[in-house]
Amino acid sequence: MAATTFIKTDSKDFLLRVTNVTLGYDRMPLLKDLSFEVRPGDYLAVVGENGSGKSTLIKTLLGLTPPLDGTIETGCGMSAGTIGYLPQQTDIQRDFPASVFEIVLSGCQAHCAAGHTHEHEHDHDHDPSHEHEAKKKTVLSSLFSKFHPFYHKEDKQRAKDAIERMGIASLSKRCYRELSGGQQQRVLLARALCATENILLLDEPVTGLDPKATTDLYELIADLNKAGLSVIMVSHDLTSALAYADHILHISENYFFGTTEEYRQSAIGQQFIQMEALK
Amino acid sequence: MNIFETIGLYLSYPFARYALIVGVLIALCASLLGVTLVLKRFSFIGDGLSHVAFGAIAIASVLKLSNNMLIVLPITILSAILLLKSGRKAIIKGDAMIAMLSVGALAFGYLLMNVFPSSSNISGDVCSTLFGSFSILTLKQSDVWICLALSVIVLAAFVLFYNKIFAVTFDESFAQAVGTKAQLYNLLIAVIIAIIIVLAMNLVGSLLISALVIFPALSAMRVFKSFRSVTIASALISVFGALFGILFSMLFDTPVGSTIVAIDVLVFFVFWIIGRVRG
Repeated sequence: MAATTFIKTDSKDFLLRVTNVTLGYDRMPLLKDLSFEVRPGDYLAVVGENGSGKSTLIKTLLGLTPPLDGTIETGCGMSAGTIGYLPQQTDIQRDFPASVFEIVLSGCQAHCAAGHTHEHEHDHDHDPSHEHEAKKKTVLSSLFSKFHPFYHKEDKQRAKDAIERMGIASLSKRCYRELSGGQQQRVLLARALCATENILLLDEPVTGLDPKATTDLYELIADLNKAGLSVIMVSHDLTSALAYADHILHISENYFFGTTEEYRQSAIGQQFIQMEALK
Repeated sequence: MNIFETIGLYLSYPFARYALIVGVLIALCASLLGVTLVLKRFSFIGDGLSHVAFGAIAIASVLKLSNNMLIVLPITILSAILLLKSGRKAIIKGDAMIAMLSVGALAFGYLLMNVFPSSSNISGDVCSTLFGSFSILTLKQSDVWICLALSVIVLAAFVLFYNKIFAVTFDESFAQAVGTKAQLYNLLIAVIIAIIIVLAMNLVGSLLISALVIFPALSAMRVFKSFRSVTIASALISVFGALFGILFSMLFDTPVGSTIVAIDVLVFFVFWIIGRVRG
């Protein structure tokens, strides 16, 4: 499912390259001919009005909704399923009895599985006919070949490191539902860190946070970015997007992709910035 | 004769020992998925399925099958899958669908039982199917073996998939993003629920099953903070309720199912107060 939409390349220039992609559901195109790329260390903010296709883009980048047309390539050793995703919070989570550590550890759920796929890819690299055979395997058998029911010691260490990196070590045993909004986002960010080596995908990360927690979280994300992680952030908050991101992808019928400076100069950017200022 | 001697006397009979072993096992299985069911808003599915199982039992008794399970188990599992699959894109929405299925099955079950009576005491049959009454005390050895086998399957599946069930319950979007086949695990959860319901019909009857599934989990959630401790606590609570419920009903000649559920309800209030006092 996830692996088929992405083409893995040996490129060291980019993590993700989206070329002439058409996004949409059930053959209904939402957005045509979208092209952009994310290089190592980039901080890309995705902005645009509601219904413009931001959430479809997220699903496509996660490999959950295949693009209707076009190609998505990955580089720098990245493959589908290794994006550190920070989803929006759901109602379920507000009442969920789980400790911080349990949640962060669940970020490692694909780790062994990912290692497995790598091996497979390596085995079949030189023989394309084998790749085809591998694809034929049923969902069930692929589930079992990748099935690792329990976490390893390395996973637990990884979770601990991520918790420390997010500055929430003291909360490790606390119950998730008792934490403040900002603390909860740090927990989910730590989980995302467990799932990735190089890129974070954040879906409206500051929704529902108070101003102080919002600033703190933006600074934290900026620190992660400075430490070498690429960041894709989908956001309503244009001011902060302009302040923190170095690239902007504005999704609309004629989309914009470029550096933040270019965006400020562009017609679409100026129009959108003015509109936001009026709100 | 004091109470312990009476219990000792009862336990010298095989039917009483069967009842205790099977009852405790069923209670254990039923409690495990409680948290998932409550949080995923699946509790009504459990309720609906138990009515479907009632209908299936009516069919089985009309067909005069030597073993009900042969027909009840497949029908219930199939309905579980149907309910889950129809969840998102259904013409008739989830709740209404469940309501339709459950009352429909109830009506047809009762109708069948009346039109093709399998014994002279229809209301007795219906009552024992709905409330379990004493059926746990009339288990044949083959029933005991089937219950044992199904319980082992449920327990094994739960232990093996514990981490995945946690991940899928807590955050389906994230689980999918890192390549976990969330739909497949939802299906697995539905199948386990169906098995548990068929099992639990023996113990508490079809109307009280939800109580067996939900109360221990809700009680544990008042006091405990991590998923693991909640799961363990609800298993213990449920086993305690079944053990004391069955012994109590033997000693004082009360209906087994409702005694167990009454104890579970009491435990819930105790835990609720403890949770309140602790803040």
